[in-house]
Amino acid sequence: MQKTHKISAFGPRLARAMAVGAALTLAGTAASARDLTIVSFGGNFQDAQRELFFKPFAELTGKPVLDEAWEGGYGVLQAKVKAGTPNWDVVQVEAEELALGCADGIYEKLDWEKLGGKDSYIDGGATDCGAGHIVWSVAIAYDGNKLTDAQPQGWEDFWNVEKFPGKRGLRKSAKYALEAALMADGVSGAEVYDVLATPEGVDRAFAKLDELRPNLVWWEAGAQPLSMLQTGDVVMSSVYNGRITGLNRTEGTNLKLVWNQSIYAVDSWVILAGAENKDAGQDFIAFSNAPENLSKLPEHIAYGLPVKAAAEMVPAEFAVDLPTYADNLAVSVNLDVDYWVDNSEELTERFNAWVAQ
Amino acid sequence: MKGSPRLRALILIAPLLFFLGLFFVWPLITVITQSVSDPAVSRVLPRTADLIGDWDGEGAPSAEIQAAFRADIVGATDDQAVGDVTRRLNSSKSGFRSLMGKTVTAVRENPDVDLAEVDKRWADPAFWKAIQDNASPYTDSFLLAAVDMERDSAGSVVAMKEGTSANFTILMRTLWTSALVMLCCLVIGLPYAMIAASVTGWKRAVLLGAVLLPLWTSLLVRTAAWMIILQDNGIINQVLTGLGITSGPLALIYNRFGVVLAMTHVLLPFMVLPIYSVLITVPGNLMSAAASLGAHPIRAFLRVLLPLSLRGVISGALLVFMTSIGYYITPALLGGAGDQMISSVIAEYATRSANWSMAAAIGLILLVLTLALYAVYNRLSRDPIQAR
Amino acid sequence: MSENFIRFQKVTKDYGTVRVVEDLDLDIARGEFVSLLGPSGSGKTTLLMMLAGFETVSAGAIVLDGQKINDLPTYKRDMGVVFQNYALFPHMSIAKNVAFPLDMRGTARAETAERVQKALDMVQLGHLADRLPGQLSGGQQQRVALARALVFEPRVVLMDEPLGALDKQLREQMQLDIRDLHHRLGLTIIFVTHDQDEALTMSDRIAVFNHGQIQQCASPREVYDHPANRFVAEFIGETNLLEGTVSAISGETLTLTLPGGASFQSHGLPGFSTGDKGLLSLRPERIDIYPQGEAPAGVNTLAGEVTDTVYQGDHLRVVIETAAGRIIARINRKVSEWENGAKVSLGFRAQDGWVIAP
Repeated sequence: MQKTHKISAFGPRLARAMAVGAALTLAGTAASARDLTIVSFGGNFQDAQRELFFKPFAELTGKPVLDEAWEGGYGVLQAKVKAGTPNWDVVQVEAEELALGCADGIYEKLDWEKLGGKDSYIDGGATDCGAGHIVWSVAIAYDGNKLTDAQPQGWEDFWNVEKFPGKRGLRKSAKYALEAALMADGVSGAEVYDVLATPEGVDRAFAKLDELRPNLVWWEAGAQPLSMLQTGDVVMSSVYNGRITGLNRTEGTNLKLVWNQSIYAVDSWVILAGAENKDAGQDFIAFSNAPENLSKLPEHIAYGLPVKAAAEMVPAEFAVDLPTYADNLAVSVNLDVDYWVDNSEELTERFNAWVAQ
Repeated sequence: MKGSPRLRALILIAPLLFFLGLFFVWPLITVITQSVSDPAVSRVLPRTADLIGDWDGEGAPSAEIQAAFRADIVGATDDQAVGDVTRRLNSSKSGFRSLMGKTVTAVRENPDVDLAEVDKRWADPAFWKAIQDNASPYTDSFLLAAVDMERDSAGSVVAMKEGTSANFTILMRTLWTSALVMLCCLVIGLPYAMIAASVTGWKRAVLLGAVLLPLWTSLLVRTAAWMIILQDNGIINQVLTGLGITSGPLALIYNRFGVVLAMTHVLLPFMVLPIYSVLITVPGNLMSAAASLGAHPIRAFLRVLLPLSLRGVISGALLVFMTSIGYYITPALLGGAGDQMISSVIAEYATRSANWSMAAAIGLILLVLTLALYAVYNRLSRDPIQAR
Repeated sequence: MSENFIRFQKVTKDYGTVRVVEDLDLDIARGEFVSLLGPSGSGKTTLLMMLAGFETVSAGAIVLDGQKINDLPTYKRDMGVVFQNYALFPHMSIAKNVAFPLDMRGTARAETAERVQKALDMVQLGHLADRLPGQLSGGQQQRVALARALVFEPRVVLMDEPLGALDKQLREQMQLDIRDLHHRLGLTIIFVTHDQDEALTMSDRIAVFNHGQIQQCASPREVYDHPANRFVAEFIGETNLLEGTVSAISGETLTLTLPGGASFQSHGLPGFSTGDKGLLSLRPERIDIYPQGEAPAGVNTLAGEVTDTVYQGDHLRVVIETAAGRIIARINRKVSEWENGAKVSLGFRAQDGWVIAP
């Protein structure tokens, strides 16, 4: 068991080479089986997942686990499944990819009896195809050491360049940007998607974005807003909440999150349709989402847990930083996945056109 | 055994033909078909596709068409195929995602259900129009959309509503940026190649090495190096502010300047090498000869050296331009939002929205553009010494 | 008309620490055909390059028609240059090539066309005016280069081994053509070559170069018959050299006594005194061979034995071993033929020999 673990530690390439070698030695008596391949979003987060879930699971089962990183993108998953046998088994996906793929049938249906039943998850955490793994937020962040007099309280302040002069960082996507714009224009979190559902509402959001255009800096990778905040290139920025807590803990920065009007969503594990190791994948999902395992995650990165029992086991010192903490959740907006599934393509095109102007 | 040598020759080149076919012709054909066809609707909803052509677009379609649609839904058992239809229809008309999900479930439960009761959107002709528009397995809508055009309800080609799509703008920007990079490469590369061709020994080795060296480093590394040099607290800005030349950092990165600068650096070898290779075949004393015949150095350059290096200049310019058109990483890392090039749009369509037809259509337009340029190149670069 | 149309005055050229041309003086008259002859690296081409303006002058002056031209750029020197590799512009037609110097001078179009046609007719290439250089043979290309260098009626025509790339027959034809042009047009031509036959055939004067200096500058006949020193004697044509001591001087006839005791009467350079060491240069074709003891009276004689004969078509090369060393003679086959081992007497007149300083 120790030995298999070492092989996987040497890296996927070596493991694969050895698998090929073994297959050749056996002179084709059996096709070489691909190791269970798990794909997540990389970075610190995946490092934590590797320590908490991938390695222990490999040791438990005695079979190596390959882990790869991706940057999201529904087209990638669809292409893999359409190509025949996908070379990934378990993938962590965002809510929109989950909904699209489940409707398109590119994911395996999960066996919820093995996963402890849908009731053990928070709302939206358990679907036919996906088992929620984390809850994460897009929220406003600022440097607590720099904004000492007044602090932003929400998107209206984010748009207020007189009170808070300077550039603002915003994720370069229609999703989040349009919600933020409407909330800045006075729409309450609960009504955002109702307004956005009308063409007038979309126009209103774009008009509000127009106002802030000269002061906007766009970011795409999650690490970018952190460095922009640290260097002072921007006075505030939308961020992925987990990154802020992590940075404060490791580098002693004093970046602050604004939970008010933050937008949260669930990331889930899915199994690609036709995946070679779908049974092992199912076992892995059950293992990683088991409360005693999953509850260790917030210590490494401040993402909330969609498994109710796991969330309860998180120590209070970490729990306050999570999107799922009751006080935080109360002032947050839940990303409307259905809205974005329907409108993403059209709004993304329009957003890109707007950005490109 | 007549014809056997030909057969043998054919067998010899078979691997080559196979390679060409597999890695060149086949993908090309795939791209072309993808860009003009999307058979999802006609395949999954054959009955509806047959009938809906007759619908006049006013009000909800006839009961017959609606029945055909329900029958198609019942008949469609492949979820992935239904997914394809949904995605296609949602591209044309936002909202089809949720509408189809709801409808498929309802119709499978009760094949005779009234669609308008399942969802009131079925009473909206716009949704039926989307089905009608996509009923044919062949369409020019992707190619049109790739340049921000569409067909209006009368079927004539018109520009899309402003602000809805920026493909054409980005395509033009790509061409413009590429032209700029080409020009920068030319301005730097032509004298550089001339100097390299005129010196000998270690000097030539150093000059050529300097231009070749970047080719041995990965594109990503070079781009990252530029990020370090150009950023607000990068070397250049530190020196400038340190010397008191500028009061604050100059904006060197996340704009067109950074993109053009880095692309020029990366693509310079493709300009220098063709010019250099042409120039070293030019006899060294042609310039001397011109001078002895009374030509001022500038006139000698214009009349003799420049025309002779023109073939290299044209090859270099085209190489740089055509390579630039496909650039993706450098503009993404060094450019601002307004500097992204067309490849990023293709990537967006392919990896994000899984709209392979749009990706193929823009790719095809790029391909046609490149081929046109190549044709121009072929005409221009015909060897004047061989031309009759 | 100035007698000294082109003057090199103490011209020196250094490449770094290497002195390629040293303190060189040379005067060339208008209408003269002067060949610069010498082994490679002797400085002859460098001198031409300095005259053309392709190379700078390290020291000294070059004067053209009374004007110092050291700092005059090439394009203002008005000299036609013909290169060994033709140096035609490959992207221009023959006519365009020849028209180039006229274009540079702003000659009117009609006049240009006329002069180009005339120049091409002169080299018999009028019918190829529309071709590109690459479509012509080497000889044709060189004739185009010649037409191009002459069409603008330059003050001087410089030729840098122009025939070096051509085969023997073509070369000889071109030699005659160039000589003919020189006579017809009265051109001043400076012609660099390492081929002595070429220089002897074409030149009014030959300047023999060695180690950056002119060893001798004189007419072909003078250079061949009366070489100024051992280098010239050996470099031009073939010669036998016999070393001895000047034992008597009478007018232009010197008596040279060889270490073995034999002595010869011969013409020689002026300035010898009795007792000086001298070197007798004896051209092989100036030596007659007689059966031993049958040499006529009044000529220098030397006894020897034929050790080798080489048939060379129009003449016979005979190697004779003598007391003074090995002598090579060249015999007209109409006169006599000799076999190996024959005992012979060599004979030559005083005016057939030339004594130079050793």
